[in-house]
Amino acid sequence: MDAKRADKLMTGVLYAVAGLIIIILASLLGYILWQGLPHISWHFLTSPAKSFEAGGGIGIQLFNSFYLLLLAMLISVPLSLGAGIYLAEYARNNWLTDVVRTAIEILSSLPSVVVGLFGFLVFVLQFQFGFSILSGALALTMFNLPLLTRNVEDALRSVSFDQREAGLALGLSRWETVTHIVIPSALPGIITGMILGAGRVFGEAAALIYTAGQSAPALNFGDWNPLHVASPLNIFRPAETLAVHIWKINSEGIQPDAAAVSAGASAVLIIAVLAFNLLARWLGNRIYRKVTAA
Amino acid sequence: MAKTKVITSENVKLHYGDFEALHGINLDFAEHEITALIGPSGCGKSTYLRCLNRMNDLIPTARVEGDIRLRGQDIYAPSQDVVQLRKSVGMVFQQPNPFPFSIYENVVYGLRLAGVKDRAVLDEAVETSLQQAAIWDEVKDKLHESALSLSGGQQQRVVIGRVLAVKPEVILMDEPTSALDPISSSQIENMLLALRHDYTIILVTHNMHQASRISDKTAFFLQGRLVEAAPTKQIFLNPAEKETEDYITGRFG
Repeated sequence: MDAKRADKLMTGVLYAVAGLIIIILASLLGYILWQGLPHISWHFLTSPAKSFEAGGGIGIQLFNSFYLLLLAMLISVPLSLGAGIYLAEYARNNWLTDVVRTAIEILSSLPSVVVGLFGFLVFVLQFQFGFSILSGALALTMFNLPLLTRNVEDALRSVSFDQREAGLALGLSRWETVTHIVIPSALPGIITGMILGAGRVFGEAAALIYTAGQSAPALNFGDWNPLHVASPLNIFRPAETLAVHIWKINSEGIQPDAAAVSAGASAVLIIAVLAFNLLARWLGNRIYRKVTAA
Repeated sequence: MAKTKVITSENVKLHYGDFEALHGINLDFAEHEITALIGPSGCGKSTYLRCLNRMNDLIPTARVEGDIRLRGQDIYAPSQDVVQLRKSVGMVFQQPNPFPFSIYENVVYGLRLAGVKDRAVLDEAVETSLQQAAIWDEVKDKLHESALSLSGGQQQRVVIGRVLAVKPEVILMDEPTSALDPISSSQIENMLLALRHDYTIILVTHNMHQASRISDKTAFFLQGRLVEAAPTKQIFLNPAEKETEDYITGRFG
């Protein structure tokens, strides 16, 4: 077979493979939305879940998911920024840096259920945080931190060395060069990575089952004092999230409408993650244009 | 007439690990002159240039010995503020390296970080610097567009404007026109001739014609040695060393 025909053939094969993947993903998404969308209503999104009867909603779980996400990102974003900047800009090429990098890689491939059990042993039992939002947020940080750090480091590294040289040669200090030249150039990549990380965290269940718990006690949305037991902001209350709720309904749900609730919740979850992805792209482009005046 | 020496260097040696790349360079630079550093690739001229604003500090294995002084101050003294040094000794690189910001922001970056906030002062600095860099007329109507949207030659002049805005005393240029077309190159050459009245310029170039056209003094480097440094006319018409003559006449083997 000559090169030209091989080229044509392989182009065809690649198109076919790409098409197959798109069909699989699209049908999966389509199925979930098709099954779930009819069950979504304002009532469904805002009312609490019911354990034994039909007509329960996912209001508390939805709030828990967002609150847990916020706390997890509050902890992991500064940490990953610091670690990523250190690795990309300051770390010398020596064995210590290699150890840190390898550790990050191993952590990032850790199954989330292992992260969950680690969180259970350390945060829930050892630190006696119990099944709580705090334990969940810390477990999610463990789960998310390696990927975010990697993302920050990669985004910073993709800024060419010329830029750093230009900054230093202009009489900027190293810190000024990093904060005023390298980070702004890398910002779109960093933000995109953060938001994608947020999407991953939002859909995470296994790391939360044994940390944030599987129950969603009733909340009083009129009480915003974080020290009160029924306050939505209390970080020491157990908090079942949307993803955990879906898992739980499917494994042990005894509501008559369990299938419908599960389908609806899945659709909401997917829509939220999709929104995160679109937001990431939009925000990334926008910030890049703003910073670069392109 | 003896002009004031801005930079003096004595017995400058540079090692990359065990390898000695510069074997003791003695070279002085007079105020408001253009000095061209010429020589074949790998002869150490760029390496030497980067000793003058301590850019070699960025290379972990590089070690500089000898004595380099800016107006009598030892720039490798422990008390030397490197950031301050690089403000007085600006640098332009071979590849235009504008920041991915607007033209305006590129030029005022150094000033902004130095704490200048007054809009009028910044505007003024942008206009003056870009005029000195001979690019003002081309970009004055699009100062807030990205510097990356400009051509390579325009980018390089904006970068030079950015360096001028910080008001350095000395400008180091590492083959500033080698990535540019002939028209852009000659624009930059004319600009350098004008800048000479206010700045001391040290220029690394591979272009023999460029050296002979614009420099007052030329230094010829070969294999980490300074072979000869003299007024440009003398180097090109009547070099003292055989090696210099061979290189300049292209008989270099």
